[in-house]
Amino acid sequence: MEEETHTDAKIRAENGTGSSPRGPGCSLRHFACEQNLLSRPDGSASFLQGVAEKSRERLIRNTCEAVVLGTLHPRTSITVVLQVVSDAGSLLACCLNAACMALVDAGVPMRALFCGVACALDSDGTLVLDPTSKQEKEARAVLTFALDSVERKLLMSSTKGLYSDTELQQCLAAAQAASQHVFRFYRESLQRRYSKS
Amino acid sequence: MAAGFKTVEPLEYYRRFLKENCRPDGRELGEFRTTTVNIGSISTADGSALVKLGNTTVICGVKAEFAAPSTDAPDKGYVVPNVDLPPLCSSRFRSGPPGEEAQVASQFIADVIENSQIIQKEDLCISPGKLVWVLYCDLICLDYDGNILDACTFALLAALKNVQLPEVTINEETALAEVNLKKKSYLNIRTHPVATSFAVFDDTLLIVDPTGEEEHLATGTLTIVMDEEGKLCCLHKPGGSGLTGAKLQDCMSRAVTRHKEVKKLMDEVIKSMKPK
Repeated sequence: MEEETHTDAKIRAENGTGSSPRGPGCSLRHFACEQNLLSRPDGSASFLQGVAEKSRERLIRNTCEAVVLGTLHPRTSITVVLQVVSDAGSLLACCLNAACMALVDAGVPMRALFCGVACALDSDGTLVLDPTSKQEKEARAVLTFALDSVERKLLMSSTKGLYSDTELQQCLAAAQAASQHVFRFYRESLQRRYSKS
Repeated sequence: MAAGFKTVEPLEYYRRFLKENCRPDGRELGEFRTTTVNIGSISTADGSALVKLGNTTVICGVKAEFAAPSTDAPDKGYVVPNVDLPPLCSSRFRSGPPGEEAQVASQFIADVIENSQIIQKEDLCISPGKLVWVLYCDLICLDYDGNILDACTFALLAALKNVQLPEVTINEETALAEVNLKKKSYLNIRTHPVATSFAVFDDTLLIVDPTGEEEHLATGTLTIVMDEEGKLCCLHKPGGSGLTGAKLQDCMSRAVTRHKEVKKLMDEVIKSMKPK
């Protein structure tokens, strides 16, 4: 007997105008989250072309597998469907956040929450968190990390470009600091949802 | 008796070894398997290399062909890698279109080539806007016993170092390319990326160069690709249990030592090949 759980969560990483001020200490863009707004799953063909999508899928799947307590639901298949509504940079990080919120919305037991944070290193070594598409294209290196909520350990990392060991440590530290904001946002949005209903 | 225990409780069997800081095949936690490399064995390819990491065997063949460059990069050639995991290397692979593992490995090698700038694509240009070289790098696994990414990266690097491209001139009158097979030159390899893979056990222990069984029992894997200046081309951690920053640092230092070992081995082999 197999039971399939489909959940869709829509997360938009909104890109403000070019001059939108970023908060002090942590420069993540504004983000919004709507949960459970589709009463029926999208169904239909998820046409995924190319090897890059396969590789991204694998990263997200392995991250989810590490946190989901699969042993509590034997002979069960959990399908996570991610639909890109718009891509304004930091796509993989946004997908990870969406996947985590969807799993929480579905009530799947997990050992920790996880969040995705992307950062870009430009040619003079300046670190930019949550880069826009333009910043990603011009950057020397783009690093995406998935961090867990319990001890901020590194669950997944996917990097593009050349960088040094010290730069990696800096990015990781910045990502760990930024993940606090993301987890606080998760908590607030869930509180809002459950206080209404 | 031990074989029975291993079949019934493979993880416990393994843990007993890890407690004594060693592994079933006698290696220490930070020790690599014996690495052997054979360069230039395929005479029909423009460059080739065979790498053996313990039992894991990967062969790489590079063929160079002509192509027209794209309009938005008229002076850049192409390097097209392809990793093939045929059924002959392991019973887990079926014949047919490339499975997920092969696709992910191909994407990984493509990323390493792109990020590390191992070859300047402009070096592959013959005539801007008209003719460029395209290097098809085919990596075929002949025996799968874990740590495929390290073996593929090493095989690719060794094969590219072995590639010799003939001189090509464009005949002004006929606008055709004339290939001079007598005059061949080696590729300009700018960096030497070397991959080091780790497997994470029980969220705490890190072991280097996992075999096929160890990969199966592991809770996570990590691959670091480093070049000779200590710069990282790729930090590939596809999910799995978490790692702290300190553990990551240990991995970095191990990757640096591994890079030296591999570079030394490759230089020795190439030096022994030179008189042709």
